Amino acid sequence: MSKRKKVPTTRKLDLVRGQVDLSHGAGGRAMTQLIEELFMDSFDSELLNREHDAAMFSLPPGRVVMSTDSFVVSPLFFPGGNIGSLAVHGTVNDLAMGGGVPKYLTAGFILEEGFPLADLARIVTSMADAAHEAGVAIVSGDTKVVEKGHGDGIFINTAGVGVVPGGVETCGDRARPGDVILVNGTLGDHGVAVMSKRENLTFSSEILSDSQSLNGLVADMLAGVPAMRVLRDPTRGGLGATLNEIAHQSGVGVELEEPQIPIRREVKSACELLGLDPLYVANEGKLIAISPPEYADRLLAIMQAHPKGREAAIIGRVLKDDRCFVRMKTQLGGTRMVDWMAGEQLPRIC
Amino acid sequence: MKYIEEFRDPELAQKLRQAIAAEVETNRTYRFMEFCGGHTHAIARYGVEDLLPNNIKMIHGPGCPVCVLPVARVDVAIGLATQHDVILCTYADLLRVPGSKFDSLIKARARGADIRMVYSVTDALNIAAENPGRQVVFFAIGFETTTPPTAVALTLAQKRGLENFSVHCNHVLTPAAMRAILGSHKSGAAKKVILDGFVGPAHVSAVIGTKPYHEFTRDYQKPVVIAGFEPLDVMQSVLQLVRQTNEGRAEVENEYTRAVAPEGNKKAISLMDQVFELRETFEWRGLGYVPDSALKIRDCYGEFDAEKRFLVEVPAARENKACSCGEILRGEKNPTECTIFGNPCTPENPLGACMVSSEGACAAHWTYGRFRADSNTEKKA
Ligand code: SF4
Repeated sequence: MSKRKKVPTTRKLDLVRGQVDLSHGAGGRAMTQLIEELFMDSFDSELLNREHDAAMFSLPPGRVVMSTDSFVVSPLFFPGGNIGSLAVHGTVNDLAMGGGVPKYLTAGFILEEGFPLADLARIVTSMADAAHEAGVAIVSGDTKVVEKGHGDGIFINTAGVGVVPGGVETCGDRARPGDVILVNGTLGDHGVAVMSKRENLTFSSEILSDSQSLNGLVADMLAGVPAMRVLRDPTRGGLGATLNEIAHQSGVGVELEEPQIPIRREVKSACELLGLDPLYVANEGKLIAISPPEYADRLLAIMQAHPKGREAAIIGRVLKDDRCFVRMKTQLGGTRMVDWMAGEQLPRIC
Repeated sequence: MKYIEEFRDPELAQKLRQAIAAEVETNRTYRFMEFCGGHTHAIARYGVEDLLPNNIKMIHGPGCPVCVLPVARVDVAIGLATQHDVILCTYADLLRVPGSKFDSLIKARARGADIRMVYSVTDALNIAAENPGRQVVFFAIGFETTTPPTAVALTLAQKRGLENFSVHCNHVLTPAAMRAILGSHKSGAAKKVILDGFVGPAHVSAVIGTKPYHEFTRDYQKPVVIAGFEPLDVMQSVLQLVRQTNEGRAEVENEYTRAVAPEGNKKAISLMDQVFELRETFEWRGLGYVPDSALKIRDCYGEFDAEKRFLVEVPAARENKACSCGEILRGEKNPTECTIFGNPCTPENPLGACMVSSEGACAAHWTYGRFRADSNTEKKA
């Protein structure tokens, strides 16, 4: 790492009681101080430390995969994570689902005047930790400050690039009848963790968000089963939305087995209480993998051997169906559709 | 949670399936109406139909609060929100119910009306307290389950002297609707639908008890089995209905004893009686005007009655002629028999009320059941 020369400032940033003000986005000394004392110290990346407006790097051979995502979660801090870790995991996972090995991220911050610097420091620290854990470097950033009332504390955008190794071809349109559908663990944890805070509901046992980076798990899976056909992370809209998308892109149907779908008991009860269907609740550390049937058992074993796939399970199959329906054998023994969700999931009134 | 799982236990489900299959007489058809949208939803969501023999036909009843609200009343809600400078509070489902000329509260909101989605009447009370300079109207809908909270809100408003709060009351009564369905069938006024019995309401019965259903066993000889909203509750009640039918009995049975007492919730009943009185008649979607079927606010709380406080003028309601919600709510048609079911009427673009709420028969069938190609439930008859 190169030694940085800091801009001389009279006082250190007050990370305990200080607040974001408009000067932090104005391009002057205050902004430089914020960038140096908070972002650079935390992210500690060589490319960022060069203090160029753009990061320059070369990539290993392979196709380049690129993705961007903006994060506006409310509340900013939730059990199991915060907007910072989420912003890293989200983009890392998007790259990984394209079969890529994530390499570099950028981070853009939109801060609201008055936002506590202590909260910002916590968020930036978790971003740094998350990036470190995922093995990616944050190489370029941007900070803007908006007037009070024009933002919701903090919004973060991350963009990332990665490299897809030769021979890997995962895509939502590659599912074929007979293929097997796997998931790496319990569903609905993230959405319920966030909602439990938002609705001021207290559950007997606290549910943690599953927010985590999946590139390590994906690397193992692709190494063992390069023929894997589809990888997707069921974030917004949950398993239900993601499987419907895949079914449509591939022109196939899906049949799920409800008893095989891992969902925590606490998540089920919370959903019951909120009138939600866990199949449509967001995840931030889960993936759906679709594999040719002959590799399904091997893939399951690889997933279960990885710490982020311990509770992996085979949850269904791909069928021939021109109508592209996703249906599910219920635990009761009946069958129902798992349709696209219409609008928001709203609690029922009676 | 363990409690809930017991009512979705696959082994118990298989046992009930076998018991029902063993007891049905194969040379006849059983037609049972589940009155409540909650049951309709449970049946569709858990695929209960697949566990019943082909000759048991479940007919979806009108127990879905937004489904039975007639177009005229939706128009009044839109009028209230657009003709007066009020904050109109109501349940989310109602926002998307189409009124005349495809208008809806959600469209009125986009045009600038202040319409807020609330989870309970308490939210509306809070909004009134927070906005002393604005008139806040709670547009109250629902059966006997949502009525007691509205009654509480009215007593609180009076106690607190909350002058900017009022309620537009559209609360309706379950037994009256059941009577209307049986009556129309009996008189031959409607296309004949012969019911063999009712799966009786869950939460409604927890409020009103089991006694109000005795008129159906006495006057119409129809068995009523009150059931909870879990799929196994429904199956158990179907088994009991099959038994009663086979034995020629017509009794009120209570499968949902864990929540329903014969006398109901006395406190809630007396509170409702204190605040509301019967309307002579009230319009229902699909059932027309039904005598003694709805509640209005008593004069002693009249100062909080939005119907008295605000004059709303709306042209005569215009039903969407292509929509078959009426027949569906009476049990005469299945959703798939509506010519616009699925095209263009879907939950994203509901053209009738039954497609809005997840408890509506059309929405439940579209969302959970339409993979059955010939999903016309009549096929089973
Ligand atoms: S499908 Fe739509 S239009 Fe037809 S009856 Fe149902 S709600 Fe009405």
